[in-house]
Amino acid sequence: MSHDTLNPEVMPSEPEKATLEGKNKFLGFWFFLGGETVLFASLFGTYLALRNSNNGGPTSEELFGLELVFVMTMLLLTSSLTSVYAMYHMKNNDFRKMQIWLGITVALGLGFLGFEIYEFYHYIHHYEFTFRSSAFGSAFYTLVGFHGGHVLFGLLWIITIMARNAKRGLNLYNAPKFYIASLYWHFIDVVWVFIFTVVYLMGVI
Amino acid sequence: MAENTNSVQNELDYHKKKKKEEMKQQVITFALMIVFTIIAFTMVAAGLDKLFVIPIIVVLAIVQVIFQLYYFMHMSHKGHELPAIMMYGGISVAFLTILTFLVLIWW
Repeated sequence: MSHDTLNPEVMPSEPEKATLEGKNKFLGFWFFLGGETVLFASLFGTYLALRNSNNGGPTSEELFGLELVFVMTMLLLTSSLTSVYAMYHMKNNDFRKMQIWLGITVALGLGFLGFEIYEFYHYIHHYEFTFRSSAFGSAFYTLVGFHGGHVLFGLLWIITIMARNAKRGLNLYNAPKFYIASLYWHFIDVVWVFIFTVVYLMGVI
Repeated sequence: MAENTNSVQNELDYHKKKKKEEMKQQVITFALMIVFTIIAFTMVAAGLDKLFVIPIIVVLAIVQVIFQLYYFMHMSHKGHELPAIMMYGGISVAFLTILTFLVLIWW
């Protein structure tokens, strides 16, 4: 009888917190998310303070189109649910289904990122609204671009752990990695909820 | 021994059932989040009064984020005391940061 602690015969119901390393990752990651909250708050504060300083360039009312933002919001919100499904299957020790749902999450995230790149491209080429146009431009691209950077990082992260563990299957060593990547993905959606409310909706009112 | 395996199986079945119920709750949470989003966008598109719309969409955003944290990120589960301290600590500093930046440009 083998005693492989990372590949038990019966997987515990919370494989992400079954090892000390998993517990530490879990706590450390929430600590990081607390810090990220403050970091994004400083960018939101800057944006709110500078959003009317458009230096004669386009204003937020002229720039923002709600249709595109609505589609992007739906994509990111749905991808949050699909990663919940992925973690549901992880806890039921169904590796294949977890990978499928993570794949859907990645596809939705890529869709979001594509729309965001299109949006920035549109602003730059049709409105000549760039990072250097005005204080509003700098604050806008810093805040929304930083979030977009998080989306890109999250996608690369999820794709990497999916590929790295594709042949290994699920065990107590990689379960915390999947769980934490999904927490990161949810946090990206948390930030987006405030971006679509504070930047886009309040920008066109 | 047989009895022991049986009880392990029973426990697994119990957890499986519980997780399934939770998953149902998550889908309801998701549906509510979609509804909140649609309400926020419709209110802005309808061009209602600024002073009326802004507080409502901010409250809708806060409720959505609470759903996201407590249900999607499982902060409602036990064993999340330290994550709660970290998030609430982060949120308090975040609040002060935004307040400071807004007060700075008040005049």
